[in-house]
Amino acid sequence: MSTNDQSAAATAEERIVRITVNGTAMSGIAEPRLLLHDFLRHELELTGTHAGCEHGVCGACTIRLNGEVVRSCIMFAVQADGASIETVEGMANNGVLHPIQVAFQEEHGLQCGFCTPGMLMATQTLLEENPDPSEDEIREYLSGNICRCTGYVGIVASVKSAAKKLSVIQSNANGKA
Amino acid sequence: MKPAAFKYVRAATVPEAASLLAEYGDEAKVLAGGQSLIPMMSMRLARPEVLVDIARIPGLNEIEANGVLTIGATTTQSAVIRSDVVSAFAPIIGVALGHVGHVGNRSRGTFGGTVAHADPASEMPAVLLALDAEIIATGPSGQRTIAVEDFFVTTFETALADDEVLTSIRLLAPTGNACWSFNEVARRHGDYALVGVAATAELDGAGKVTKARIALSGVSDTPVRVKEAEESLIGKTLSDGAKVAGEIVSSSIDPPGDFHATKQYRIEVAGAIVTRALNEMADQKGTR
Repeated sequence: MSTNDQSAAATAEERIVRITVNGTAMSGIAEPRLLLHDFLRHELELTGTHAGCEHGVCGACTIRLNGEVVRSCIMFAVQADGASIETVEGMANNGVLHPIQVAFQEEHGLQCGFCTPGMLMATQTLLEENPDPSEDEIREYLSGNICRCTGYVGIVASVKSAAKKLSVIQSNANGKA
Repeated sequence: MKPAAFKYVRAATVPEAASLLAEYGDEAKVLAGGQSLIPMMSMRLARPEVLVDIARIPGLNEIEANGVLTIGATTTQSAVIRSDVVSAFAPIIGVALGHVGHVGNRSRGTFGGTVAHADPASEMPAVLLALDAEIIATGPSGQRTIAVEDFFVTTFETALADDEVLTSIRLLAPTGNACWSFNEVARRHGDYALVGVAATAELDGAGKVTKARIALSGVSDTPVRVKEAEESLIGKTLSDGAKVAGEIVSSSIDPPGDFHATKQYRIEVAGAIVTRALNEMADQKGTR
């Protein structure tokens, strides 16, 4: 945490925040005004979660908190104490991309990639709640995630492709069981 | 790290929260989901010295239907949308909440917060006005009930005292033959609406209106009822009265004009969506 911010004079208000990130227990120090995305990026050094508008509009900072989609730029780290958090770093498994990530790559769901971590986290939650969403449902669910490159056509195609990939994996798993 | 420094206190009980608010007076703000407060703090539009976090107070996030419907203040908007109890009792609430922000806001934003914040452009104040809700507030000297008509004072200001916490919202039992509609026009889904309408009505056996409430968002510094339009519906079927009621709304409101829409545009949209809402209500009978 920066200590040269003049108004920030490190105070007795600082406290230890303990959270579970992608299954691993972690902790760091936060003064109350430290936003959760800054805590993740600077304190825990997990820079996959992006800081975009920093006031709850663009969705780049989207993470999952106790299984729900949350904007980490409009939540204080101290509010998350004790929570279980998932970030984009938890998606790939031993260097193998998650099927949702593969779908975004194949269907041109990103160009510059700035919005992508948030898009991926929101898409993962959407597909858990609704494994076969319509285009309207996809567009409404992702309406809080802004992309300035793709025009969204590639993103909608990516989510549809991801839904197919996940349903194939699911039915293969059911077949084996 | 954009907000100014503040002292953070996590209240364990409602009396503790009320006594903290009494201690710090107007230097303190209640923090629940923070979906409006934190952006305002990041833009330095708000600079509270103390935040009293009520989000973890046990029992404050419960939904109960027992003749009346009680929604605890810290119930998240997502939990209210998912609640079968709420959708059976007052389906207009879940439908209107679907327009509040985006999924990533509703998972944190609370039902009490969207009421206590008193943004005249937001959906829930108008919906509660149309439902004739009661707001329950708890302060150091105990609990009181505030009629929704008396709750919204002006933009971001309510009848809550500095040391009171909004603890729940209560709705009376729906009547047998009631109907409802929610409509809004926004530039994009999840944006603040330019104008919104929440309407409820009770009908007699012949489908004629015996009571109606029409509440608008985005046209004044509080949500507003248009009583003349409500009265114009009495004794008529909704489809017979819809057009005239919309015209009365257009001629009686005085909305602001801004970057997003002119005053005249809001006037015309308000009338049009009131007529649309009343026509749709014919298909949404049986509850509210």
